[in-house]
Parts: sequence; C-alpha cells; structure tokens
Amino acid sequence: MSSVSQNFMKLFRGSSGPETIPAQGSQKLTRRSSGLGELSRLWESAEDLCILDLGSTSPANIRHFTEGGHRIYSEDLLTASTDPELLTKDEQGSIVLDSRKFLADNLVYPAARFDVVLCWNLPDYLDESLVKPVVGRLWSVLKPGGMLLAFFHTRDAGPDSPCHRFHIVGGDTLEMQKIVLRREARRGPTGAVHTAISDGFQLQRVFNNRHIENLFHDFASIKFFLARDNIREVLVVR
Amino acid sequence: MSAPASGLAQIGKSVFIKGELSGSEDLYLDGQVEGSIALKGNSLTVGPNGQVKASVEAKGVVVQGKLEGNIQASDRVELRKSAVVTGDIITQRISIEEGAYLKGKVDIHRTDK
Repeated sequence: MSSVSQNFMKLFRGSSGPETIPAQGSQKLTRRSSGLGELSRLWESAEDLCILDLGSTSPANIRHFTEGGHRIYSEDLLTASTDPELLTKDEQGSIVLDSRKFLADNLVYPAARFDVVLCWNLPDYLDESLVKPVVGRLWSVLKPGGMLLAFFHTRDAGPDSPCHRFHIVGGDTLEMQKIVLRREARRGPTGAVHTAISDGFQLQRVFNNRHIENLFHDFASIKFFLARDNIREVLVVR
Repeated sequence: MSAPASGLAQIGKSVFIKGELSGSEDLYLDGQVEGSIALKGNSLTVGPNGQVKASVEAKGVVVQGKLEGNIQASDRVELRKSAVVTGDIITQRISIEEGAYLKGKVDIHRTDK
C-alpha cells in the first residue's frame, strides 16, 4: 500500500483542501448487503432511532431515515481526515495525522447517543493513525446494544480498489458510487486555469479476520458476512 | 445559481454583519454574518458567496454557500449542491442536492395541518 503521508502531501502541496465529489458521470453500482439487511429489520420495526452515517453526505440516506421517523447524523470522516491542519510529526519525525485534534473536531457527541453507526468502508481508507482512536470513540458514542456496520476489503480485492460512497435504496440494497477528489481550480503561472482531478482515497490496508476482531475487541459481539465482491461485511454490537 | 428576486431584502457579498439579525421579510444573504438570524414566517437564502456563522430561525431556508450553525425552519430547508452546512437541522421537510455537504443532524418534525 502507498504511504498515506506521501499521498497526503502530494494532494495538498501548494493547494487548498480537496473537495470530495462523485466521479463525473460515474456509474452507480447496486449491491445487496447482508449486514444492511439485518440492520434494516431493526429500523423498520423501531421508532425514533438515532443513526450516525460516517460516509459522504447522502441525500438518499437522509431521506431514507427521516421518512422512517428516525434522526440521522451525517459526518463525512474521510473528507474530514484530509484537513491539512491535522498534519504533524511523530517522535521519529515522520509525518502523521494528529488523532487528538481529529477527535477534538469530529465525532463530538455525548456518550451512548447512537443506536446505529454506519461506517461503510471507512476503516479501509482512513489513515492508520486515526483508525483505532476513531473506533474507540465510536464505541463510546454507541448505546449499549447499539450496532455498527463496516465493510472491509479482502486480499482478493486488490490494492487499487476504488473508494465508494454508499446510498441506501431500500431493504438490503445499496448503490455504490466511486469517489473522486478534486482540488479547487487554480490559475497557473501562464494564466491558464488548472483543475487537478485525482483518484479517490487509497486503500490503506487489508484487514484479516483477526485484525478485525482485535479492532473491535471492546465490543460485545461480532458477526461476519462474506460477499462475492471481495467485501467482508462486519456487524458489531456494543 | 439562482439570483435574488427584485424586491427582496439583500445583503451583498462585501457586507459583514456581526450581531442579531431579525426581520419580517424574506432575505437573500450573500455576505458574512456572525451571530443569529431570526426571520419567523419568512425565508432566508444564503447565496453562493454567503458565509454564515449563526443560528438560523426562519420559515424556509435555502443554502447555496456556507452555514455554520443550527437551522430551525418551520417549513422547509433546501441544501443546494454548493452548500456546506455544519450544524443541526430541524424542519418539516428537507431537500438535499447531490454534492451538498452536511455535518450535523437532520430531525424532521411534521406538524398536523
């Protein structure tokens, strides 16, 4: 996997922060999700649940939950992790992200607030220095018995697996849309306007089952669903 | 981007206001406001250049620019594709365009007619 810090610096050298947009004309792929199916039984039978969606702002997801009578919180942690002010140096002088500052600005909620947290593919694409602190914070903001859904790539998916955003279209069905990062347009030295379009977030690592179990070791239970598209869905209960 | 209609109260993009803003007419805001905005019974539109750091209370709210603060709209909230909103939204109805950014809660409170 490419160094996150190297990619991060490449992305930010001489420019303002990137804007996350769906790829122009990107195809929306549909996939069935066993984990989502299990969660949907919960929110279709309960009222006034508190749900945290950690993916890109999704009008579809917001509509889905508000029409179901629930409250939804939207917080795009991947985009938040690209804030240049997070860059710092560790004891070895390597560039890392400041997890304390990240958690001071993000996921700031009272304890035991949420019934459901939708992580989607966040752990696969989030910088190494943020993964464990974020999971620790998510444990604390979940209600006892609350559930968290996350997707992990298997090794067969390959290191260039694109990062997608997820839209709930109903029941156990998701629409996936590839994320493209775009820097704001800048005028170059010749006066021409350049808008750099780069690929989306890079896959940071591949978790195996043991890594996933370690990551969620503070949770009460964990369930795995293996899908045909080289995605391992994980449903954990606090 | 929709331009403000004529006859609408406007705050242009060079204007900066700090304090409590209230009124009994619709407002198009394309400048900077810090504080609070109260337009009960009327609509607020934050234009594409608008930068608002304020709590907002209005009948309808349309956001094309940046808004940092909670929104309470008795009727409807619209986030256009260029909207960047950080704060909680309480309203009866909401419309969010693809591309809009929201960090916060959406809570729908429908009133019986």
